[in-house]
Amino acid sequence: MISCNETTKLELDVNGEKRNVIVRSADTLLRVLREQLGLMGAKAGCENGDCGACTILIDGVAFKSCIMLAVEAAHHKIVTIEGLKETPIQKAFVEKRGFQCGYCTSGFIMNCHSLVTKHPYADDQMIEELLQSNICRCTSYEEIKEAVKSVLDLNKKNINLGERS
Amino acid sequence: MIPFDFEYNKPDSLSDAIKMYKNFSLMNKEPLYYSGGTEIITMARENKISTKAVIDIKGIPECTVFEVNNNKLIIGAAVTLTDVSESKFFSLLSDTARFPADHTARNKITTVGNICGNIIYKEAILGHLVADSSVIIYGENGNRILPINLAFNKKIQIEKGEFVSQLVVDMSYSQLPYVCVKKTKQGIGGYPLISMAALKKNGNIQMAFSGLCEFPFRSKSMEEAINNKSISKDKRIEKAIKHLPAPILVDIQGSAEYRKFVLINILQDTLAILDGGER
Repeated sequence: MISCNETTKLELDVNGEKRNVIVRSADTLLRVLREQLGLMGAKAGCENGDCGACTILIDGVAFKSCIMLAVEAAHHKIVTIEGLKETPIQKAFVEKRGFQCGYCTSGFIMNCHSLVTKHPYADDQMIEELLQSNICRCTSYEEIKEAVKSVLDLNKKNINLGERS
Repeated sequence: MIPFDFEYNKPDSLSDAIKMYKNFSLMNKEPLYYSGGTEIITMARENKISTKAVIDIKGIPECTVFEVNNNKLIIGAAVTLTDVSESKFFSLLSDTARFPADHTARNKITTVGNICGNIIYKEAILGHLVADSSVIIYGENGNRILPINLAFNKKIQIEKGEFVSQLVVDMSYSQLPYVCVKKTKQGIGGYPLISMAALKKNGNIQMAFSGLCEFPFRSKSMEEAINNKSISKDKRIEKAIKHLPAPILVDIQGSAEYRKFVLINILQDTLAILDGGER
């Protein structure tokens, strides 16, 4: 059983580091990441679960950190955009120019990273469905889709090469 | 930011959850059961609800069950829409679990949370209404098991302090032919103009709708009309529409006239698929 008072001390596993925070049980994970841990990559867009700008990974799965309480994230592995280094999807976003103003980019990258790692054989329909979770007002959708497809193609080639050797 | 404070509690058992609810109620903390929590967080942020204590049911084993047992599919209250949509147990339920929200949000939203929430669409219920699911409601006196078509009337009918711990579906329904469709104003996501699930059992179509009226519903009168094979398909549709349980919804997604037009098309397609023949 877990019981947290209105204010509570938590240990969060963020980007591979144990971070101690004192939070209100009513604090969303987004607010704690940004305001207590200084991790500004997850953006506060709609804060209503609609835009996806605050997307992070919990145990490798994409979640919108504005609709999750920080207390729920204790005992799970949290990864923010700051925790991704030189991943194929980040390189693909640069190569395919999958952004313009950049506000939505960290959320998109987290969702796309989860997509290419969790669903290596995703088809067009699945890519379309998963990308609906994020909004880009500069409308870089086609370029983002290309970035995802390029990583999936690369992964498939690597899998095939691995099977042959 | 949520503009008020609350305690967070995560009990390990159904009985502990009920005890907590009772104790917090006695302390005037207006407790809320919490699972996916997405609606609670968004409504709290807008000051549309208030509580001093939430009781997270994700730690209760009965609420995390997602399995087939004795030819019944059991979906615990903490099972997410993504869990259901990506499972292979029951195609109709997997398809309708994709209706609400978007993929990332569905990683958090639970089927039971969608059904028990304040949102008017509650699209995750459609498959359960036509598949005659049962709901297991846990309260001070233990479990109550009710057919969902009795337990749900515009909203889930439960007493203060009770909560839905599981949905149970007979797997024989998973073999039946079905149609499910979501029509939106624009794109594949967002709120529905009309969402519908229909299946054919013993030669008759069972159908449930969301977005058509201010609440999701399954109407026996509509089903009687649509299954009356003594008249033409167009007449069956015309008569079914006369038995809508409430006025057609008018909102930013569409006018009543447009929704009626969409409904006629959906019913024509449904009859063509499930009853055969031309549209």
